[in-house]
Amino acid sequence: MKKTDNTYSRRSFLKVSSLSGGGFMLGISWLASAKPEETLSALNVEPIWQELTSYIKITPENVIKIFSPNPEFGQNVMTSLPMLIAEELDVDFKSIVVEQASYNPALFNRQFTGGSQSIRSAWKLLRTAGASARQMILTAASQAWNVPVLELTTSKGQVKHAASGKSGSYGSFSTAASKLPVPKDIVLKANKGFRLLGTPQKNVEGTKIVHGKPLFGMDYTEAGMLIAMTERPPAFGMRLKSYDATAAKKMPGIVDVFTIQVYEPTQKLAMFDTRSFNEVIAVVGKTTWDVMNARKKLNVVWENAPDTKEIMNNRETIVPGGLESTTKHYADMLDMDKKPGQIQRKDGEPEKAFESAKHVIERTYTAPFLAHNIMEPTNTFAHFQGNKVRFVAPIQGPDFIANTIATRLGIPKENIEINLARMGGGFGRRAYGHYMVEAALISKQANAPIKLVYSREDDVSGGIYRPTYQLTYRAAFDENKRLTAMHIKGGGIPESPLHANRFPAGALDNYMAESWSIPSNITVGAFRAPRSNFNAAAEQSFLDEIAEYMGKDPIAFRLELLQRAKDNPVGKNNDYDAARYMGVLELVRDKSGWGKPENANKKRGVSAYFCHNSYAAQVIDLRVKDGQVIVDHVTSAVDCGVVVNPEGAKNMAEGAAIDGIGNALFGNLTFTEGRTNQKNFDTYRMIRHNEAPKKIDVHFVANETDPTGLGEPPFPPIFGAMANALYKATGKRLYKQPFGNQIG
Amino acid sequence: MIKKFTLRINKKPQTVEVDENMPLLWVLRDVLDLKGTKYGCGVGSCGACTVHLNGIAVRSCQLPISSLANQNITTIEGLAEKADHPVQKAWLDVDVAQCGYCQSGQIMSAAALLKSNPNPSEEDIDNFMSGNICRCGTYTRIKKAIQQAAAKK
Ligand code: FES
Ligand code: FES
Repeated sequence: MKKTDNTYSRRSFLKVSSLSGGGFMLGISWLASAKPEETLSALNVEPIWQELTSYIKITPENVIKIFSPNPEFGQNVMTSLPMLIAEELDVDFKSIVVEQASYNPALFNRQFTGGSQSIRSAWKLLRTAGASARQMILTAASQAWNVPVLELTTSKGQVKHAASGKSGSYGSFSTAASKLPVPKDIVLKANKGFRLLGTPQKNVEGTKIVHGKPLFGMDYTEAGMLIAMTERPPAFGMRLKSYDATAAKKMPGIVDVFTIQVYEPTQKLAMFDTRSFNEVIAVVGKTTWDVMNARKKLNVVWENAPDTKEIMNNRETIVPGGLESTTKHYADMLDMDKKPGQIQRKDGEPEKAFESAKHVIERTYTAPFLAHNIMEPTNTFAHFQGNKVRFVAPIQGPDFIANTIATRLGIPKENIEINLARMGGGFGRRAYGHYMVEAALISKQANAPIKLVYSREDDVSGGIYRPTYQLTYRAAFDENKRLTAMHIKGGGIPESPLHANRFPAGALDNYMAESWSIPSNITVGAFRAPRSNFNAAAEQSFLDEIAEYMGKDPIAFRLELLQRAKDNPVGKNNDYDAARYMGVLELVRDKSGWGKPENANKKRGVSAYFCHNSYAAQVIDLRVKDGQVIVDHVTSAVDCGVVVNPEGAKNMAEGAAIDGIGNALFGNLTFTEGRTNQKNFDTYRMIRHNEAPKKIDVHFVANETDPTGLGEPPFPPIFGAMANALYKATGKRLYKQPFGNQIG
Repeated sequence: MIKKFTLRINKKPQTVEVDENMPLLWVLRDVLDLKGTKYGCGVGSCGACTVHLNGIAVRSCQLPISSLANQNITTIEGLAEKADHPVQKAWLDVDVAQCGYCQSGQIMSAAALLKSNPNPSEEDIDNFMSGNICRCGTYTRIKKAIQQAAAKK
């Protein structure tokens, strides 16, 4: 039994009576399964929910509802977070109601989906919520039966007293329990006592998904709601000069056309406030089709924008004017590589080691901008009334944007209601909530509830991309082909991907990492495993190439370096755990049958990476046929600590492999004169069914480490595994992503 | 031009008065409030909007309403009354969905595939399903679910 420090629980367990008995707009239509739904409808009255902590409500009829606090975009937290509560509450998971909580910082802790942190940050908190509620029910039962709490046991939502043979449902004690204080000293189960955690549980919204229920922001509607879209400059580096909406306004179904300023020109911006264009034209009408057609009738004159000052994260930055192009980006990045960068880490005497080296291998890797291509395009519902605004929003970080909305609209933060819609993908894109500000401003001006919808073209060409990156790796060798030093120099537009303290830092006596960046008006943001998603490709390709030069097995060579970092690490601040890193490499080696002979139909590549506190390694088996890459098998080994829901976790790791292979082979967003050359899925190539791996096996390192996160870590290494396997298949090392057009 | 059209959607006649060029997708979503059919690209490249037209999988974003008078259209909402079509059951059993946004379209394509080809090979599945994009990367599970549904039919 572990005792948990309950210091964080008071705030988030606050009881707010105004929320009891409903008040959630999306309400009980989001029930998890048919069984409690039937129970509820059989009641035939408004259910009386008794609140036992802000995460749990129970009716006297024993219908148990658990709130999932974090936004859901497919990482399956709506299933795995309630599992944490249900484990300690001791209820049958299949019979509970799971409801997506609305944004409410007074009730719920960290309602942010990003950084692979949902489970990690909720691990103790949500279990404590479940255990606290159970304790409250036990106390109520002990008082009702006049027996000591210690003589009571629970099972599947029932309390039992063995000596007297008494038993009762949680529901029968819920009214009394809800009046008790939330207990302070809570004892959580030891891992080996888990009955639910670690067992595969199906997606609680699975049935609704296969039935096509309106779960997404895009699906939301209400009486009087209008559709809004925005017309934005066609290129980065441009802005609105003038426009004539006469023809557009005459189009059928059109209600209004006007401009909005997304932020005040002097507004101080925070990290997730990125937006691509500040002045945009809003077109408001009855249906999406009406608005799409009217947009084509707008007569707009755009002009080149000058350099603009912006205050972001309390730093003044200049967004440069000018129309940028991909060819120039790559040339500029190569130039930067020749100039000294900013030294971010130096161990030993790397310069000396390179001077005295007998052999040096130097390779430069690049990757393009990538669009998120969330399947559900950007959208949100907003209704601004008086000094209040209500949203139904697909948003990863409601708390960040709530501050910005409050500032921009000049309303108190408490007057912002955000109902969290299921998101059709996020991957970082929906951490940037500027579209909620836009929607609120449009609703205010149109004086109506509106749903702001981006077309696919708006999304692909509208910015907040994964930056374009470059990394140059150099390795020095002595006369015995021994690795004596490494030098990494990396940068990007507009940010550098470098993580100076990651492996192989710590494993090399002589090491140096330098960084640079080039300003740009193309907007960028987090994209599944930011920076790591490129670093892994470059680093793991380079390690593969130098292992080959040294005549070493790729896995054995990595393990050798990691062993050094484990036994006798060089320098401080190494931000990885070498033992866990080795663990995934060993697991993938054993599970993939590494070392067995390859043939023309089976070429293999390996890669491993650490990010967001977790470790992942992959081996790819592939072949190339008529210039087409056929991936027959992916073996994935992951150490994310305790696995809460193995089936959901596997799905996530499989998805990471497919998504990563797709981006490695095809992902490419290029620019000409500030415009994206790709605007939709007819020109932006996404991986498709026939290109997906034929088979994916996912293995988790069994351990008792508290969960360390899963959404991002299995994504970066696959890029490296792809590059290394393709080398085996084609004899050509690939340095420039995407790889797909360099094969055959 | 705004005109009146009568279609048969999920076995029920429906009359709408809309622009004759309005694609079926937007008639379903914005006029009839059938939100199961999704908008993904509007150019016929992603399959999120897949419905059945007389039993055949089509992209509803590419079909102007004027071409559909008196045709039989089935959407995900009408695939099976209780969401118990073998394909839907297999989808639940394999726990296919991640975000779920592409899945109505995937399911409608898969159901049409199995109707015309009850025992598809892996290659048949790849070829038929390649018009349906999934950014979350659920392709291997989709294939497994289709094979499972085929085996149980
Ligand atoms: S929305 Fe019709 S194919 Fe993409
Ligand atoms: S499940 Fe998210 S796009 Fe397919």
